Amino acid sequence: MIRAVGGRALRFVLTLAATSVLVFAFMRVLPGDPAEVALGTGASEEALERTRAEFGLDRPLAVQYWDWISGIPLGDFGVSFVTGEDISPVVLDRLSVSLILVVSAMVVAVAVAVPLGSWAAVRHRRADGIAVSALSQVGVAVPNFLAGMLLVAAFALGLGWLPANSWMPPAYDPVQFLSHLVLPVAALAAVQAAVMTRYVRTSVLEIMGQDWMRTARAKGLSRFRALVRHGLRNAALPVLTVTGIQLTTLVVGAVVIEQVFVIPGIGSELIEAVAARDLLTVQSVVMLLAMATLTVNFVVDLLYLILDPRTAVRT
Amino acid sequence: MTAAETREAGTGADGPLVRVSGLRVDSGPTPLVHPLDLTIGAGERVGLIGESGSGKSLTALSLIGLLPDELDHGGSIALRGASDDLLAAPERELCGLRGRRVSMVFQEPMTALNPLMHVGRQVGEVLTQHRTLTGRRAVRARVLELLESVHLSDPERVLKAYPHQLSGGQRQRVMIAMAFANDPDLLICDEPTTALDVTVQRQVLDLVDEAVRSRGTSLLFVSHDLAVVAEACDRVLVMQDGRVVESGPVPSVLTAPQHPYTARLLRASRLEPASGRSARSTDGGTPGPSAAAPDTHDATPGGPAHGPASDPVVRVRDLHRTYRSGRRTVHALRGVDLEVHGGERLGIVGESGSGKTTLLKILSGLDRPTSGAASVCGVDVTRPTRRALRPLREGLQTVFQDPMGSLDPRMSVREIVEEPLIGRRDTRTRKHRHELVAESLRAVGLEPEAAERHPHQFSGGQRQRISIARSLVTDPDVLIADEPVSALDVSVRAQVLALLNRLVEERGLTLVMVSHDLGVVRHLCDRIVVMRDGRVVESGPADRVYDDPEDGYTRALHEATPSLDRVLARKRGQGR
Repeated sequence: MIRAVGGRALRFVLTLAATSVLVFAFMRVLPGDPAEVALGTGASEEALERTRAEFGLDRPLAVQYWDWISGIPLGDFGVSFVTGEDISPVVLDRLSVSLILVVSAMVVAVAVAVPLGSWAAVRHRRADGIAVSALSQVGVAVPNFLAGMLLVAAFALGLGWLPANSWMPPAYDPVQFLSHLVLPVAALAAVQAAVMTRYVRTSVLEIMGQDWMRTARAKGLSRFRALVRHGLRNAALPVLTVTGIQLTTLVVGAVVIEQVFVIPGIGSELIEAVAARDLLTVQSVVMLLAMATLTVNFVVDLLYLILDPRTAVRT
Repeated sequence: MTAAETREAGTGADGPLVRVSGLRVDSGPTPLVHPLDLTIGAGERVGLIGESGSGKSLTALSLIGLLPDELDHGGSIALRGASDDLLAAPERELCGLRGRRVSMVFQEPMTALNPLMHVGRQVGEVLTQHRTLTGRRAVRARVLELLESVHLSDPERVLKAYPHQLSGGQRQRVMIAMAFANDPDLLICDEPTTALDVTVQRQVLDLVDEAVRSRGTSLLFVSHDLAVVAEACDRVLVMQDGRVVESGPVPSVLTAPQHPYTARLLRASRLEPASGRSARSTDGGTPGPSAAAPDTHDATPGGPAHGPASDPVVRVRDLHRTYRSGRRTVHALRGVDLEVHGGERLGIVGESGSGKTTLLKILSGLDRPTSGAASVCGVDVTRPTRRALRPLREGLQTVFQDPMGSLDPRMSVREIVEEPLIGRRDTRTRKHRHELVAESLRAVGLEPEAAERHPHQFSGGQRQRISIARSLVTDPDVLIADEPVSALDVSVRAQVLALLNRLVEERGLTLVMVSHDLGVVRHLCDRIVVMRDGRVVESGPADRVYDDPEDGYTRALHEATPSLDRVLARKRGQGR
């Protein structure tokens, strides 16, 4: 078990390192000189030289890479070439907003999808089960932003119950924070719940046909009890994998939703940084997103080890 | 009063334990079980014999109220002491009966236990579910006792083990412990030993027998294997296509069958040496015309058509194969020597873990040995290069065990059979290939039109024919058959064995067949090699090894194999 965890941790760290090299290299290969961006196209070669030296761009690439990467564990992403400010406070603040959005959306999606998907599986031959299944199919086909706009049209513009856009930090006004959170989270979660419901349904349907579920029934467990005590944990395994993958797509979804609801998250930060050709900020945000994805996968791996006693043996 | 006491008191007084009247199971408009009557007395052991699709498992499932939802059913099932008809009883009442008064042991022990739950908890659950026992300590103690009662050697370890840490035999013991936890009135066993090795099957059969007899439990034992049923039961019902065609006491039904189907089953399950193989025997049987004295054959195991001088087609010398599985080192082969001459039929017998599959893999160039020499058709298969393997791929073909899993469901039969020909120079034209496919299909008794269909449209036996057609299409010299009939029903098994026998004879093939079943191997092969733990423990002419085994393990294997004749002889002895 310890060996299995150690192996996965090592793999996680190595992948992180490889990713960081890729992100760094990719940013350097792209055309565009940060010094020129900072000074404008009319600047003299001399001034450009000076600015490059100031930014440290004249040093060897390996040194630049080390300079950047060694700061990340300490939460230091360096200074923006464009604004001349520390990148970390801005990016981390934006990230926290996106995290709130993504995590709440996932929690809501799972909380809806597990019971709904199980219900659809148990009653897959009845009208209500088929209805849930069909509805989730429709949900999968709806893009996030459309769900967002429909929700705004209905609950903000139509009924006027909730604010249509913008953001309120939780420390500032908790009630306002929640009311601003509801619509974007609902937009993200609705589509996500539809996708997850389908996976949960498939998974539960599959385990209901397993021999050991029949054994449980033969012991005298009712259908419901067999499902709760034996089925769900088994059904959770494939759902867990999908949840990991979906979390990643949710981050992408959040970038779009942040635009729809004018929320200052990491997605809008990325778009602004790209527009401003702020190389180091883009690099840092991309790295942060990659780290988030890898961390999710690592956690899923660990959860697998805990949930499934067979995985520790297999690898 | 305990269940056992109730049973004692009530024996005979108020009729049978179970009375099934007019049980009917339909899938939509298709009847699966035609109206069926069945009674099981207290302490009686009833067998249900049938092939796949006969409705025997559905009948068994309806007795514990676990018929699949999508099936319609009718009739009634009365269980003594239960107020309602089991088929109409509310789910709540059925839950109270299952696992308490009626228990079931299923066929596939590998999948019958929840993979994510400790075995001890799974056994304990049947106690807590019915509130037979409460309190963790008491349950734990009782579970240990139960695990011990099924002769599991280290109950403490089993208690905390996950199913994947136990062997198939151990898992089936756990299932039996679970079934007996609440001392049920009726135990239903659905093919409980079909997935097990011969010696493990013997242990499990003995265990069921012991448990049932000592507690006076009634038994419904479902199996396709006549010998197994004969051993476990007093009375037997034979089912065919959803109907009971014959029933009665075991000795009379299985010695003087009244129904032609029963007679056919009996014939099919008695495997005498096939006509094609050279009949050699040491116990005064009629030797074939071409057979030499057994002694010379022991020394020089050559086929009848080949003198001792002919080079062996398969030659294996001191073959070792060792691999690592996690932290364990597995010695799959520990020095195997083997020779098969052209036209000879060699049978390799062994249980799981004996190394027989590894040996076959090496022979067909799919695995490499750790050390030793092996050549097939003159090709060195220990360090095969792609080029060197080419003649081997044509000269040697394999028929696999599971006709359901070894054919790609998305390919048509033509694509499947044709595949070994693709890329060969001499079969470039499509027309030529189609001719070969048609010829091959005809050879295995299928219409050439079958080529346009897909595997799922065929029965198990037909699929095995397709598999054989695929292996014949390149016109190989050596045919390797890995448990070719162990997934088939007895009557289908007889047909496929007859087909193999005819093809080997007509085409002068060299046959290497692997099986766990001594009888099947003796039926088809000239010579038998018995393997255990990666070694050859005995080898010799088929009849000699079968009738007069020298090695202790071969003898144990032989004795463990249920034999109809032996069982019937014993039952007759008891009867008088």
